[in-house]
Amino acid sequence: MSILEIADPQAVELSNEEISRYSRHLIMPEVGMAGQRKLKAAKVLAVGTGGLGSPLLMYLAAAGIGTIGIVDYDVVDESNLQRQVIHGTSTVGQPKIESAKRRILDLNPNIDVVTYNVPLTSENALELFEPYDIIVDGTDNFPTRYLVNDACVLLNKPNVYGSIFRFEGQVAVFDPRTGPSYRCMFPEPPPPGLVPSCAEGGVLGVLPGVIGTLQAIEVVKLVLGIGEPLVGRMLLFDALDMEFREIKLRRNPNWPVGEPHPTVTELIDYEDFCGMPGHDRSAFASDNEGVVPAVTVTQVKEKLDSGEDFILLDVRDPHEWEISDISAATHHIPKGKILEHLGELAQTRDIIVYCKSGGRSADVTRTLLDHGYTRVHNMLGGINKWATTIEPDLPTY
Amino acid sequence: MASIRIPTPLRPYAGGTAEVVVSGTTVDEALKDLIAQHPELEQHLFNNGELRSFVNIFLGEEDIRHLDGRETAIEEDTELLIIPSIAGGRA
Repeated sequence: MSILEIADPQAVELSNEEISRYSRHLIMPEVGMAGQRKLKAAKVLAVGTGGLGSPLLMYLAAAGIGTIGIVDYDVVDESNLQRQVIHGTSTVGQPKIESAKRRILDLNPNIDVVTYNVPLTSENALELFEPYDIIVDGTDNFPTRYLVNDACVLLNKPNVYGSIFRFEGQVAVFDPRTGPSYRCMFPEPPPPGLVPSCAEGGVLGVLPGVIGTLQAIEVVKLVLGIGEPLVGRMLLFDALDMEFREIKLRRNPNWPVGEPHPTVTELIDYEDFCGMPGHDRSAFASDNEGVVPAVTVTQVKEKLDSGEDFILLDVRDPHEWEISDISAATHHIPKGKILEHLGELAQTRDIIVYCKSGGRSADVTRTLLDHGYTRVHNMLGGINKWATTIEPDLPTY
Repeated sequence: MASIRIPTPLRPYAGGTAEVVVSGTTVDEALKDLIAQHPELEQHLFNNGELRSFVNIFLGEEDIRHLDGRETAIEEDTELLIIPSIAGGRA
C-alpha cells in the first residue's frame, strides 16, 4: 500500500486530557503516541452527513481525527432520524452541518470542524477537496458519486466509498495512487429510472450504521498506515442473509480519468453525464417528469368537487396504500403491473395518475400515452403534495 | 445446476427472488436461461444483445470481463453474482 503523507504529525502535541481520552488507542502498539499524533494531524472530508456520514463522523471524531470537513446543504428532517443518528429530534429543521458539528464537538471538543453548507459541484469540488488527506463518499446519487471519484483521481487522493440500498451495502477504498477507481467498476451510471433512490426504494435504518462504520475503519487504517485497506477489493454486505462477500476490482486501462490514457482531464457536467439531478430524489428518477401532461393537486381537487367523471389511478406499491390513501382513488394498480391491467382503464375517460411524489406516475403516464391513451395526466407532487396542500390530516412519507 | 444471485434493485423483475437456478455451461447460456425464466430482466441486463456497461457479472471474486467474458465456463455448483450500481447514503 502507498503510505499516506500526513503533514508533520511530529509537530502535533497531545494534551493530558487527550492522552486520557485516547488511552485505549495509546496502549495498542499499532496506534501509540505516534499513531494518535497522525490521527490528530489528519484532515478528512466527509461528503454528506446523512445515513453513512452519521456513524462515520461520530467515530472519526471519537478516534481523534484532528480536522474534519463536512459538506452538506440539507436540513434535518424527521424522516432522517430513522438512521441519521448524528442528528436528533432537537435539531430537526437545522442545517445538517450545524447539527453534525454540535454532536461532533460534544463527543470531542478537540476536533477542528470545518463546515461547507453548499452542494458539491464541478465548480467547487477540487477547491473543497484540496486541503484534505482523505475524502469519504457518503452521498446519495450517481452524479455526485462520479464527481467525488473524478475529483479524487485528479487530485490523487483516496476516496473511501460506501453505498446502500434497502438491505444491501458496498464498501471500497478507491485510491488512485495504487488501485482502481469507481469508474473501473462502474464506467457509466445506470439510466435514470432503473435504480430507485433510498427516498423511494427505502433503506433499513441500521444498514448505514454498518457501512458508515466500515468506512470509518478504513479511514483510520489509511491514516495510521496499518493493515490491508480495501483497495482493489469491494466488500458487499447483505443484511437479510447476514452475509459479507468480497469481490476483486482491477484497474481498467481504458478508464477515462487519470493514468494511463486520460480522456477526461477536468471535471465535467455530472448531471448531464448521468441524466439525472445531483441530489436524492423523492421520486424515482424519471425522464418523463415535467414532460408528460400534468395537473396540480389543486386542479384534481376542483375536478372532484365539481363532480367530474375521471379515473384517479394510484400506481404505488400495495404496502404504500396502508401509509396514506386518497379516498377518491378509483383504481390501485402498481406501476409494474400497469400493462397487465390496461383492460380496466377505458381510453374514453379522463385518467389522472399519482404515486408518492410524481416520478413513477410520470412514467405510467408516458406508458399510457404510448399505448394510445390521449386523456391522461400526471398529478404533480403525488400523494405527498396532496397531503400537504389538500388534506393536511394525511401523513407524508 | 448453477445459480445467479439477483441484487435487490433487480428482484422486482425476477419475481422477487434472490437466487435463480439456471442451466448452461457458460455464463452466456446461464444468462439466457435467466432471461427465459424472467423476461422482464432482459431490458435491465442487455442492450441490443450486449451486456449493459453498468451490469457487473462476477464468478466468485472475479469480474467475468477479466475471465472469458460471457464465454466463461461455469460448473454445476457455480454461483454468479450480479453487482448493481447503487447510490444511496446521504439522504
